[in-house]
This record gives sequence, C-alpha cells and structure tokens, in this order.
Amino acid sequence: MSAFAATFRRELALMWAGGGAIAPLGYFFGATMLVPLAMGPDRALLETAGPPLVWIAAALSVLAMLERLFQADLEDGSLDQMLLSPAPLEVIASAKGAALWVAIGLPIALAGAPVAIALQAPVERVPLIVASLALGTAAFVGVGLIGAALTASVKRAGVLLALIVLPLFAPPIIFGASVASGEEVFAAFSILGGCALAGAALGPIAAAAALRLQAE
Amino acid sequence: MFAFLANPARFMAFSAWAAPVLFAGALILFATGIPWALFYSPPDYQMGDTVRIMYVHVPAAWWSMGAYAFMAGASFVGLVWRHVLADVAARAAAPVGAVFAAICLVTGSLWGAPTWGTWWEWDGRMTSMLVLFITYLGYIALWNSVEDEERAARLAAILCLVGAINLPIVKFSVDWWSTLHQPASIMRSGGAAINGEMLGPLLTLGGAYLLLFGALTLMNMRSAIFRRRVESAELRRAQS
Repeated sequence: MSAFAATFRRELALMWAGGGAIAPLGYFFGATMLVPLAMGPDRALLETAGPPLVWIAAALSVLAMLERLFQADLEDGSLDQMLLSPAPLEVIASAKGAALWVAIGLPIALAGAPVAIALQAPVERVPLIVASLALGTAAFVGVGLIGAALTASVKRAGVLLALIVLPLFAPPIIFGASVASGEEVFAAFSILGGCALAGAALGPIAAAAALRLQAE
Repeated sequence: MFAFLANPARFMAFSAWAAPVLFAGALILFATGIPWALFYSPPDYQMGDTVRIMYVHVPAAWWSMGAYAFMAGASFVGLVWRHVLADVAARAAAPVGAVFAAICLVTGSLWGAPTWGTWWEWDGRMTSMLVLFITYLGYIALWNSVEDEERAARLAAILCLVGAINLPIVKFSVDWWSTLHQPASIMRSGGAAINGEMLGPLLTLGGAYLLLFGALTLMNMRSAIFRRRVESAELRRAQS
C-alpha cells in the first residue's frame, strides 16, 4: 500500500474514532444559527447576507479543526515515524490534508445546503453553494496545513493559528462568497478552483518544510 | 557587500556607525521634508490642505510594503543559506513594517473622512493594506511563541514567504472584488498626474522613511545580536 493511501486511511480512521464530522458540523450549524438571531429574521436582508455568512461559518469550522492536525502527531511520535519513512513528507502531508477534506470539508459543503435554505438563499442557487463550498473547503484545508504545521509545537496555538491562517483565507472567501451570491459565477468559480488547486499543490510543500523543523 | 557583512563581527562594526548615520540622515530629511510638505507646498485644488496627509500616508504605504519585500528576501536567504544574520534581519524589520502599515491605515482613515466622506471604504488598496498588517501581526506572533530561536526563525521565514505569495493574490482578488461590488462612487483626485511641487516633499519624506526604516532595523538587529551574546555568555558561566 502506498504511503499516501496508508496515511489517508489512518487519518480517516482516527477522525472517525474521534467523532467524525459531528463536532465541526455542530459548530457549523451553531454558528449559522446565530446569524438570524443577530440580524433579525428579515427575509430580504437574509437573502443577501445569508450565503456569505454560510461561507464564513464554513471557514471557521475548518479553522477549528486545524489546531490538533499535526500537534497530536508531534506529541505521540508519529511525526518521527513519518520522517523516517521513505515516502516524502510532502506526500504524507497531502494525504493528511486529503483525509481532512473528505472527513470535514465535504460534510460541511453538504451541510451548506440546508443551512443556505434556512438562511433564505434562493433554492435554485443551493447546488452552486454546495459546489463552491466543496472547492472552498479544499482551499481552506490546503492553506490550513501550512498554519497547522507552523504552529505544531506551540502550546495553545488556537489564536496564533487563526491569526496566521485568516489572511490566507481571504482569496477563497472573496471568490467563494461571490459564487454563493450568484455574482459573476463562472469567472469566480474558475478562480476559486484555482485557489483550491494552488492550496492543494503548495500547502503540503510548505507544511512539510515546517514539519521537518518541528521534529528536529 | 552582503557577503562582506555576513560575518557578524564585521556587521557589528559596520552597523555601529551605519545606524547612527542613517538615523541622522532620516532626521535631516524629516526636518526639511515636514516643513516643506506642511507649509511650503501648494494645497490641492480640490482637497485643500487635507492633501498634506498624503506626505505622511504615502511614504508609510511604500515602505510598509518595502519592508515586507525586504523580510521576504532575508527569509529566503535565511532558509536557503541558513544564515543567522538574515534571520535576525527579517525579524528586526517586522515591527518597523507593522508600524508603517498601521500609520498608513490610520492616516488613510483620517484622510478619507474629509475627502471621501467616510472613515473606511473597502477598496482594493485599503483592504490589501489591512491584510498586510494582519500578516505582519501573525509573523511577529509566530516568532514570539516558538521558544527555540533557530526553529522560530525558520518557521517564521516559511510564513513570510507564504505571505509573500499570498499578498499579491489578495491584492488581485480584492481589486476584482471591489470593482464588482462598488459603483464608481469614490471621488478620487489622485487621477490627475501629481504636481511637481508636491512630488518634491513627497520624495523627500519617502527618503526619510526609508532611512528611518534602515536605522531602526539595524538597531533592532544590533540589540538582537547583543541579546544572543548575553545569553550565550550566561550559558557559559552557568556551565563552568
């Protein structure tokens, strides 16, 4: 079995054992539930503000999952094993990212459908919102790998991790929320795809460079 | 020149006189540039005297970006050639650049209130400057929270380079986004080519900010090197 497949399966099994997507989904639902409570149930207001807020909630849900991504590996010695293995660390990091996306990103994208409907998004736009969230969570995970790897050795890294990662979330948020709001859909969707690909390509490389330092 | 200065002892000897010289140069340029900008340059035909905020605002914007480019270069050198001084330089420039970015944001806001009629507008430049400021804060926070100096330097260098890729993308996306969202409601008199009488004080103050940046960065580097020497001396004494 290749290193990618082995790491991918291990990560999925670990995340499943840790409750799967229940906690991040609950966070996602809880955060979006507060939106109409804060803004009032005005339909017209929600129609314009709802889809972008779904996007913000999705970004925060991914962010909340990043802190322990590499920290656990560093603490229990798995990271040393990964460094000893003949497979490049970049491959292992991208497998971890892929597993995180499958375990957390895709469920959040799917959960975007009921949430967007609850926030009064037009029903015909819901598939678009789900598709954009699927790409967007991939971009979030890609850059999130970098932040998680940089802060792996920091105790209580949550705030620092958010500070590092939030500026990197800016491009996918801009184009994703534009798709979700139905403005310039095709162009924004293409660039969002570009963000996801760039995150998937560059995230593991930078993360692996940082992880090598963490294990020294 | 960089190879010559790469030796810490030579760097200390060089910076011992370079830092005060740069600082004195900055003071001279400020002393000529500020009165020139505030009293002897013409007011704008539309904005009147509020245009004088430009002389504080624009150089801060230039050199907050220049400082980040410098940090990215130093981080690259530090990562590739593992040079201690490059790490020290990148770290020393960060607080200066962050303060320049903050000055740029605050003065821009103060300038926007009388001329645009709003304290804040989510236009491309302001938004990307805000992202730059937050990137600076993340960089400084990462340096401070990793205890091992050498590891902190390398990690911060990676973050700096990632930010250097991110910032142009953010700039591009925000431009795209703000042209999409905003009607052309902002009155901008900056469209006209800048008057020669305004360019003089602007460039003078731009030079003043640059020299100030150089002087403060060198001083920060010197104090970081002194701190390291003290620490290693204490370590030696504790061991003996």
